[in-house]
Amino acid sequence: MKAKTRPTKVPTKKGAAASAKSGKLGKWRLRLYVAGQTPKSLTAFSNLKHLCEQHLAGRYQIEVIDLVKEPQLAAGDQIVAIPTLVRKLPVPIKRVIGDLSDLERIMVGMDLRPIDGK
Amino acid sequence: MASRNIGLAERKLKKAPTGISGFDDITHGGVPQGRPTLICGSAGCGKSLFGVEFLVHGATRYHEPGVLMTFEEGAEDIKKNVASLGFDLDQLIRQKKLIIDYVHVDRSEIEENGEYDLEGLFIRLGYAIDKIGAKRVVLDTIETLFSGLNNQAVLRAELRRLFGWLKDRGLTTIITGEKGDGTLTRQGLEEYVSDCVVLLDHRVTGQVSTRRMRVVKYRGTTHGTNEYPFLIDEKGVTVLPITSSGMDYEVSNQRVSTGIKELDEMLGGKGLYRGSTVLLSGSAGTGKTSISAHMADANSRRGERTIYFSFEESPAQIMRNMKSVGINLEPHVKKGLLTFHSTRPTVFGLEMHLVRMHKLIEETKPSLVIIDPISNLYTAGSISDSTNVLVRLIDSLRKNHVTCVMVSLTSTSKSQETTDEGMSSMVDTWLLLRDIELAGERNRGLYVLKSRGMAHSNQIREFLISKQGVKLIPVYLGQAGVLTGSARMAQENKEKAEEQLRRDDLARKSMALEHRRRAIEAQIAAIQADFKREEQEFARNTDVFDAREKQITTDRSDMSSSRKN
Repeated sequence: MKAKTRPTKVPTKKGAAASAKSGKLGKWRLRLYVAGQTPKSLTAFSNLKHLCEQHLAGRYQIEVIDLVKEPQLAAGDQIVAIPTLVRKLPVPIKRVIGDLSDLERIMVGMDLRPIDGK
Repeated sequence: MASRNIGLAERKLKKAPTGISGFDDITHGGVPQGRPTLICGSAGCGKSLFGVEFLVHGATRYHEPGVLMTFEEGAEDIKKNVASLGFDLDQLIRQKKLIIDYVHVDRSEIEENGEYDLEGLFIRLGYAIDKIGAKRVVLDTIETLFSGLNNQAVLRAELRRLFGWLKDRGLTTIITGEKGDGTLTRQGLEEYVSDCVVLLDHRVTGQVSTRRMRVVKYRGTTHGTNEYPFLIDEKGVTVLPITSSGMDYEVSNQRVSTGIKELDEMLGGKGLYRGSTVLLSGSAGTGKTSISAHMADANSRRGERTIYFSFEESPAQIMRNMKSVGINLEPHVKKGLLTFHSTRPTVFGLEMHLVRMHKLIEETKPSLVIIDPISNLYTAGSISDSTNVLVRLIDSLRKNHVTCVMVSLTSTSKSQETTDEGMSSMVDTWLLLRDIELAGERNRGLYVLKSRGMAHSNQIREFLISKQGVKLIPVYLGQAGVLTGSARMAQENKEKAEEQLRRDDLARKSMALEHRRRAIEAQIAAIQADFKREEQEFARNTDVFDAREKQITTDRSDMSSSRKN
């Protein structure tokens, strides 16, 4: 489990700069872990969808994993809390837990900059 | 009535044995089955190891697979840590008897945003449990979550839910927690786990550390409430329920020889009782170790096992020294009948010594244990502590019919009849070795100060260490008091000379008497001869007289006949 997260966890400053750039242009791969159709999960998904549509239209991909159906996937991404959002791409991997109700904070947390003019 | 009893028995709390030696004795069976148990203590007190051992024993001995959810150390680290204790976790994992799930929660990697719960943890745990049909769970240390996540309210609610969930599923759980300031755990986990709480402690007194364990709480059952020492060694955790050893042991009537004939004679002619406690006290250089070695030798010759705990000398040193007095211990060691354990008393705390000794005794099952010397033990602790330790050791040895010889070094400034450990009342037989200083010499004396249950000698014996071992000889008791060594020899020689003189005198006297007898006999012979002569003379005279009488009669008749004519 450690082995999976560690190599990607320590990017150089260079890498971070590159990811910031790709944040504007590259693909975003997001993974949302939920456990059944709970209100929190539904809120999180709708918040995320809304955010992505606003800032990353066309270049994002959201994968929803329901741990009730696939519990074996929980350990791989070190999931403890539900819902958890994992930014797989761009690197580095970022993790946000909660129903994503604070839009300002999630943008900072995900390193997501508002499109100019907004 | 009977059905009611059965009902009661069924309702009685079921316990899951931990397999940790000693712990199951204290708790009368182990941790509560299907319920959470909190193991708390400060850093490095052995919480995690306790948990891992609980799982390993569960998987290997009790057919209860287990899940280890670790929050602090990675799976590989844990495997490595316990590999040195002989636990092969990889094998258990392959056999589907164990799952290790490392939950890594790092505040720097996680952003919190809005409401969440810990369902992910539940799912992970549930998945692992279902995968191998686990009956046991260890959460080590779940409190780490508090430093990784901000929302304390959610955490507390979720933990409460988690423990409830574990209980509902009937999982025997061990939760470890770091000791907090004034509380059992930092985050007050004891609030949630109310069934069984065990406190581990790691105390340093006088630069020596001792691990102790106490069952703080165990709902619905009796348990030992004392602090019990425990140790972690190459075989894992061992707890010593020694304070629980009672006084209701049976005693043996069998007698065993000490290996010194004269000493056996002093002890009612038969030696020591099997399972008795012998105190061998004396000042430096009085031969305490030599006597112990004799006993070890004798025991080994009987084919019984002996453990020799030495706190002063190394095994090689003891063997060399004893060889010089004619006791060859080496063959016994080679045969495995005699084992030496040499340690400095200050290496461990007292309790640790006791635990170690206990463990070795348990493993080796000897019939004789020698501790040389006990007086060194309390450099590792206070006097009262060391007495406690020894009392507990004695109790458990007596219980197992193990003869115990304790060597005590008494300081010359104190009375010889006291030991610093206050052991005198505990022991069954007390052999006192003392110096007897006389005529510019220092000699050794031995006497039996007490020996329960046998008619023992009240005499002081002089104690000689020769090349053929220890010998005891009666001391000379003269007008000048006790004589030993060359003074005794001089006295003996003097006595021998006097006796010779007396003997010569007697011979002379008897010869004189013989002479006199012969002289008297000669005289008697002479007198008898004289008398015989007189007798013969008298007989002759009588004959002459008779002849004359006859002649006269004849003559007279002749005369009368001639007158008639």
